Amino acid sequence: MTAAPEQVDVLGVAREQVLEQGVGLSEEQVLEVLRLPDERIPELLELAHAVRMRWCGPEVEVEGIVSLKTGGCPEDCHFCSQSGQFPSPVRSAWLDIPGLVRAARQTAETGASEFCIVAAVRGPDKRLLSQVRDGIKAIREDGNDIQIACSLGMLTQEQVDELVDMGVHRYNHNLETARSHFPNVVTTHSWEERWDTLKMIRTAGMEVCCGGIIGMGETLEQRAEFAVQLAELEPDEVPLNFLIPNPGTPYENYPVVEGPEALRTVGAFRLALPRTILRFAGGRELTFGDLGAKQGMLGGVNAIIVGNYLTNLGRPAQQDLDMLTELSMPIKELSKTL
Amino acid sequence: MTSGLGAVAYCGFCGKASAEADHSACASRLGVIDPPRFCAECARRMVVQVTPAGWTATCSRHGEITSAR
Ligand code: SF4
Ligand SMILES: [Zn+2]
Ligand SMILES: [Zn+2]
Repeated sequence: MTAAPEQVDVLGVAREQVLEQGVGLSEEQVLEVLRLPDERIPELLELAHAVRMRWCGPEVEVEGIVSLKTGGCPEDCHFCSQSGQFPSPVRSAWLDIPGLVRAARQTAETGASEFCIVAAVRGPDKRLLSQVRDGIKAIREDGNDIQIACSLGMLTQEQVDELVDMGVHRYNHNLETARSHFPNVVTTHSWEERWDTLKMIRTAGMEVCCGGIIGMGETLEQRAEFAVQLAELEPDEVPLNFLIPNPGTPYENYPVVEGPEALRTVGAFRLALPRTILRFAGGRELTFGDLGAKQGMLGGVNAIIVGNYLTNLGRPAQQDLDMLTELSMPIKELSKTL
Repeated sequence: MTSGLGAVAYCGFCGKASAEADHSACASRLGVIDPPRFCAECARRMVVQVTPAGWTATCSRHGEITSAR
C-alpha cells in the first residue's frame, strides 16, 4: 500500500466495508471510531445513518415495554434498581392481568408493533410463566394482535420451548457489557450463562434481542469489545441503554454519559452491526435530552421504545411519534414484522 | 386521615424532609424520568407500578396517587 498512514481513515474504510459491502467493523476499527474527535461526530452519524438506510431501510420499529414483576430480584446487577440486594427505593410489585392487557392496548394504540413483557427475576418460575401465558391469552382476547416479546431472565430448554408454544416471537436477554467487564457489574451469575440462554433462544427459532448499558465504568476498549461480541451473536435487535444512576445502587454516583460520547457510541455500534435493529432504550432522555433523540435517529438508530420504561419514565409517546413524522421515518407496520 | 393537599412534607425522590435538604437534583429527575418513590406525606416507600402511559404509586397509609397522563 502506498497510502500514508494518516490517509487510512476509519470512516473512509467503513464507507467501503460497511456501507458498500455490509461487513461490520472489527474490534480495532470500532475502537478507532470511539476515539474520533467531537468534530467528526456529524460525519460518523451521517455514515451510520446511510448504513442503516441501506441495510435496514427507512422504517422504524416502535415498541412498548412493561414490568410484570417489579423489584425484589435476587441478582446483584450493580446498575439495577430492581435488585433486592441494594437499598433501592423500588419496592416489589406485580402487575395484574387487566393491567397487562391495558398496557398492551396503550402500546398498540401508538402504532407500535412490539410489546415486551419484563420481569425482574434470575429466571422464571412456574407462577411467572403461567402469569405470562394467561397474560398473552388475555391480550389476544382483547383483540390485540401486537407481537409479544418477553424478558424473564435466564431460561432452561423447557422454558424456552414453553415460550415458543405461547407464541412469544422475540426474547430479550442483555449481555449488558463486554465479557471482560461483566464480573465487575454482576457477581451472582456469569456472562456465559447469559450467552447460553441466548443460544437456546436462537436455536428455538425465537428472535434474539440482546444489548446492554453504556456508562458502567467500562473502558473504550471494552465498549469496542462489547460491540463485536454482540455482532458475533448476530442478534435481531440490540437495545442500547445509557446508565441511569439509580439511588441506592452501587452506580448511583456514576456520571451520566455525555451527549457527544453517547452519539459516538450509537454510530460505532451501527457500524459494527449494519443489519440489526438498533434500539434506543433507557437513559436517552437523561443523556441526550430532546435534541439528541433526533440526532440518534439520524445516526443509525432504527427502533425506539415509546412511553415509559420499567421503573423509569420516558417522554410521552406522542412526542416520539411526532419526531418520526418530522423525520419522515415510517413506523414499521405489524404485518411487516410477521 | 384526609390527605393534606399541597402539603409536601417529604421529597418523592429521596424521601427526605422537603425543608431539610437541597432537592434540586431530585427535582430534575422527579416526574421527568422517575415516578415518586416516597409518600409526600409520610415518607413511606410506595409500591409503584410504571406502565407505558403512566404510573401509580401507593402508600400503605395514604393511598394511591397516579400520573396525570
Ligand atoms: S437480573 Fe435483571 S432484574 Fe435482576 S438485578 Fe439483574 S438486571 Fe436487575
Ligand atoms: Zn429529594
Ligand atoms: Zn404516606
